[in-house]
Amino acid sequence: MTYIHGLRCRECGAEYPHEPLHVCDQCFGPLEVVYDYAAIGRAMTREVIESRPRNLWRYRELLPVTCDPVVGPYSGFTPLVRADRLAAALGVAELYVKDDSVNHPTFSYKDRVVAVSISKAIEFGFDTVSCASTGNLANSVSAHAARAGLNCFIFIPDNLEQGKIIGSAIYGPRTVVIHGNYDDVNRLCSEIADKYRWAFVNINLRPYYTEGAKTYGFEIAEQLGWTLPKHIVVPTAGGTILPKIAKAFQELAQIGLVSGPLPKVYTAQAAGCAPVVHALHRGSDLIEPVKPNTIAKSIAIGNPADGFYVLKAVRESGGWGESVSDAEIVDAIRLLARTEGIFTEPAGGTTVAVTKKLIEQGRIPRDESIVISVTGNGYKTLEAVSASVEAPFVINARLQDFDQLYGSLAPPPRRAIGRE
Amino acid sequence: MPVKVRIPTPLRRFTGGSEEVGADGATVGAVVEDLERQFAGIKERLCDEEGRVRRFVNLYLNGDDIRFLSHLDSATKDGDELSIVPAIAGG
Repeated sequence: MTYIHGLRCRECGAEYPHEPLHVCDQCFGPLEVVYDYAAIGRAMTREVIESRPRNLWRYRELLPVTCDPVVGPYSGFTPLVRADRLAAALGVAELYVKDDSVNHPTFSYKDRVVAVSISKAIEFGFDTVSCASTGNLANSVSAHAARAGLNCFIFIPDNLEQGKIIGSAIYGPRTVVIHGNYDDVNRLCSEIADKYRWAFVNINLRPYYTEGAKTYGFEIAEQLGWTLPKHIVVPTAGGTILPKIAKAFQELAQIGLVSGPLPKVYTAQAAGCAPVVHALHRGSDLIEPVKPNTIAKSIAIGNPADGFYVLKAVRESGGWGESVSDAEIVDAIRLLARTEGIFTEPAGGTTVAVTKKLIEQGRIPRDESIVISVTGNGYKTLEAVSASVEAPFVINARLQDFDQLYGSLAPPPRRAIGRE
Repeated sequence: MPVKVRIPTPLRRFTGGSEEVGADGATVGAVVEDLERQFAGIKERLCDEEGRVRRFVNLYLNGDDIRFLSHLDSATKDGDELSIVPAIAGG
C-alpha cells in the first residue's frame, strides 16, 4: 500500500515521479514527497498507532516507504522528559526535553532520517550508501549500513571531534576526510553523487531522508497525550529538522489526530554560525552564508540550504530565534546535566541556552508549555566540556584520609532547587 | 586556456551531456554570459530576471563560494575552475 503520489518542487511546484531525485530541473529548488492525506487519515487512528511497536515506524503511513521497513526497528520513540528542575532553574512552569541523545543505535536524531533513507535506498535497489557529515550522520549511516549489509562510504570535514570519527569507523565504512569545512564536503559529495550513482542519504535521497525528521514531532504530540505544546525550540544546522517538526504537527492536525493551535517554533543557533538567525533578525528572506567558528560543530553549517524554510516555518508559527555564545552553550550543557541528568552535545546546549535567552527576553512566556529539542549525546563531544567540569578530589585509599577530606569540605549545596 | 566550468547533472542537457566546459570572461558574471552564448537557455536556470544568482544555486570559484568573494563581479582568469552546485543541506 503506498500513500505517495510522487515528488514536487517546494519552490515552483513542478512534479516528479517517485524516484531518487532531489533537485528540480527547472529552478534547482528542493523536492519533497507528496502524500495522499485523505487515504492516510482513514488508515491512521490513535488506536492503530498506539498498538504498534515503540519505534519511529509507528507513523509509517506519513513516511515515504512502500515496503516493510528492514532498518531502524529500535530507532525513535525516545523519552519526552518532564524537566521540573530545569523548569525551576529557568523560572517556567511546564518544560519538557525531547531526548534524542539516547536514540538507537547511534545516540542522535540522525537515526530517524537515516532509518527512513536507508529503507528507501534498499527499496530503490542501491547497494552503496553514503553521506556528507559533521559526524552524527556518518555514525548513523555507518551503523545502519552495517546492520543492513550495505557498502558504505562516509565523507567528513577534517576538524571533527575524535569521538565522532571513531564512532563511524568502528562500523566498517570507507571513511574519507576532506580538507575543509562541512560546506566543502557537501559540495564535493554533490559532485560524487552525480558521478558514482550511490545513495547519498542527504543528497540524492534527500526528499525521503528529511521526512524521517517528522517523527520527532509526531512522538512529542503522542507523548503529550495527543496534544501540542505551545512552544518548541529547535537547533538549526542545515535547516532540515525545524520545518519538518512544524510539518509533523500540521499533518497530525490535518488528519485529525490533534487539535488546537499549532506551536510557536523557535530556531537556536550558535553565535559563531548563525546565518538563519541573522536573516530572521534583519527581517530578510535572504540568507548570507558565514564561515563557521563555534564549538557546536554539529550545527556549524555556514550555508544552510533549507534555511529559507526555517525562516518561513518560524515566521508562520509566530516564533522567533536567537544565537548564543560558546560560553553560554557550555554553561547550558552543565545546567541540563545538573538539573535533569541529561548530557547533551553542544547542539543541545545551544538549544537550552537559547530557550533561556528567549524566556529572559519575554519572547517565550513563563506559564505555557515548552519543549526543548535535544538531538545528540554529550559523550560524543567530551572535548567541548572537558575544561568545564570540576577537578575530582584525589586521596589515598585510607578511611582517615577520606574523613579528613570530608571534614574540610563546605556542606554540599542544596540540590533540590525546586524546593527553595 | 579558458575558465573550466563544472556542470551539474540538471544542466547537462544544455551542454550536450558535458560535465565540464570552457568559457571566457574576466568575471564570473561574464563567464555566465559566455555560457549563455554557447548553450542558450542555461543562464535562466542560474539567474533570475534581475540577473541575480538564484537562491538554490551555489557558484564556487576555485573552491570559494562567490558570496564570500565579489559575487558575480568576482574576477576570473584562465585556468580557474567555476563549479555550479545546486544547494543541498545538512548532516
